[in-house]
Amino acid sequence: MLNINEILETVQMIQDECLDIRTTTMGISLIDCADSDIDRSCRKVYDKITRLAEKLVATGEGIERKYGIPIINKRVAVTPIAMLAGVSGGDPVKYAHTLQRAADTIGVNFIGGYSALVQKGFSAGDLELIRSIPRAMAETDLLCSSVNIGSTKAGINMDAVALMGKIVKEAAELTAGRQSIGCAKLVVLCNAPEDNPFMAGAFHGVGEPDCVINVGVSGPGVVRAALRRAGPDVPVQQLADVVKKTAFKITRMGQLVGAEASEILGVPFGIIDLSLAPTPAVGDSVAHILEEMGLEKCGGPGTTACLALLNDAVKKGGVMASGRVGGLSGAFIPVSEDAGMMDAARAGALTLEKLEAMTSVCSVGLDMIMLPGDTSAETISGVIADEAAIGMVNQKTTAVRVIPAVGYRVGDELNFGGLLGGGPVMPVSRFSPEGLIRRGGYIPAPMQSLKN
Amino acid sequence: MKAVITIVGRDAVGILARAAAVCARHNANIIDVTQTVMGEIFSMVMLADIEKLTCDISALSEEMQQAVADQGLVAHVMHEDIFNAMHRI
Repeated sequence: MLNINEILETVQMIQDECLDIRTTTMGISLIDCADSDIDRSCRKVYDKITRLAEKLVATGEGIERKYGIPIINKRVAVTPIAMLAGVSGGDPVKYAHTLQRAADTIGVNFIGGYSALVQKGFSAGDLELIRSIPRAMAETDLLCSSVNIGSTKAGINMDAVALMGKIVKEAAELTAGRQSIGCAKLVVLCNAPEDNPFMAGAFHGVGEPDCVINVGVSGPGVVRAALRRAGPDVPVQQLADVVKKTAFKITRMGQLVGAEASEILGVPFGIIDLSLAPTPAVGDSVAHILEEMGLEKCGGPGTTACLALLNDAVKKGGVMASGRVGGLSGAFIPVSEDAGMMDAARAGALTLEKLEAMTSVCSVGLDMIMLPGDTSAETISGVIADEAAIGMVNQKTTAVRVIPAVGYRVGDELNFGGLLGGGPVMPVSRFSPEGLIRRGGYIPAPMQSLKN
Repeated sequence: MKAVITIVGRDAVGILARAAAVCARHNANIIDVTQTVMGEIFSMVMLADIEKLTCDISALSEEMQQAVADQGLVAHVMHEDIFNAMHRI
């Protein structure tokens, strides 16, 4: 029997605390679309995506209305396009336009998978695809790109790290008139998950089924409100308990939505990604959760500890609530997409170096950080290498999505609007890693024993 | 199949009547109603059987919201499964 307090609690979560399903993402394998003729290959890609995902948006909207729960984004993730480009040859940007056209037809918010996996080296199509990323990002709106340059099992491909520094810079320059927004759709990963529903890193891994529905839940506002109700004097372990219980409830909702979408679409239900994904909206910030725990400002001493607690408790609560958990699962700390992070960066409490420390315990990495336009490609490569090293050694996913905004200097403000948000340009170290990056090669995979 | 209807906002005359009228119009059978007024804030939770609903649940939801919107009240119509999923292990 339903209880009135529980009903009102759920309604309040949705109405006042920004509870939502962040995304239902359909993963689609394009392996069977590969063709030695690029135009034929593109046609097959378009046909398969528009056939399988035709009802994705309508289904999502139907579920929204039935349960009264907002589903913010409907997305598609596809097989890394580098694999198709390897078979077909030709200009990979043709695939970019095809994916954009398919996304427009089915009405999704984003489509991910303009990707290459090069942690151990480049195979056919990889280099061509990577070199085409800046153009693809400049000529499309909804397409997201990712490149995996390292893993715990393979080590870090330093040639790819060096290349990606240049690619990020080029993507910024080609979209210079639009605040370098091309970089906001490009992420460099280490230990990339194959079933992640969140952009920009979503792609459909080769070990996945032909078509699958993955769900990303959100709800930083709900967690913060629950912590506030717990009060300022409870000991820390009780905060963990509150987060666990809240994550459980949020995840159950995601499980319900995923199962229903999977049934209606006749597509297997993949995973729930239990990520606390902030938005720029007031009351939807991960930074504010950390501050609710007792920090004066996110980024100050104690931040990494609070984030570690939060990230772990979210997983513990969520795992119990769902049949299958995957993706990135944890807490995201994007700067531009989180009102609290933006404030902390403006106040000088949050720096790039502190963010790097935080990424060793959060679910992803250096995300949506605006850097000065004159940041060198080598410096960006150095940032990528550091971040990948944290992921490689700690057996976790890490990522770098930075925006060296052309024409902007430290302290200037960017505003992308929508979920991407905006915020201040942050300072980056002026000491160059050029000598290291120039060497190329690879960092060998780390020891998995003798852990200290 | 049941729906949970909640209406929250400033108290006024006839809120319950309006909600009941919308339910009756679309053949939603009201099973249970709880309402309280705390200070000036009105809060109502209604459980309705929607097995024989003559319209879509989303249409019921929209009409319910419209029925009380002019009084500044917020209505939600949600399938009961979401509450069972969230609050029952």
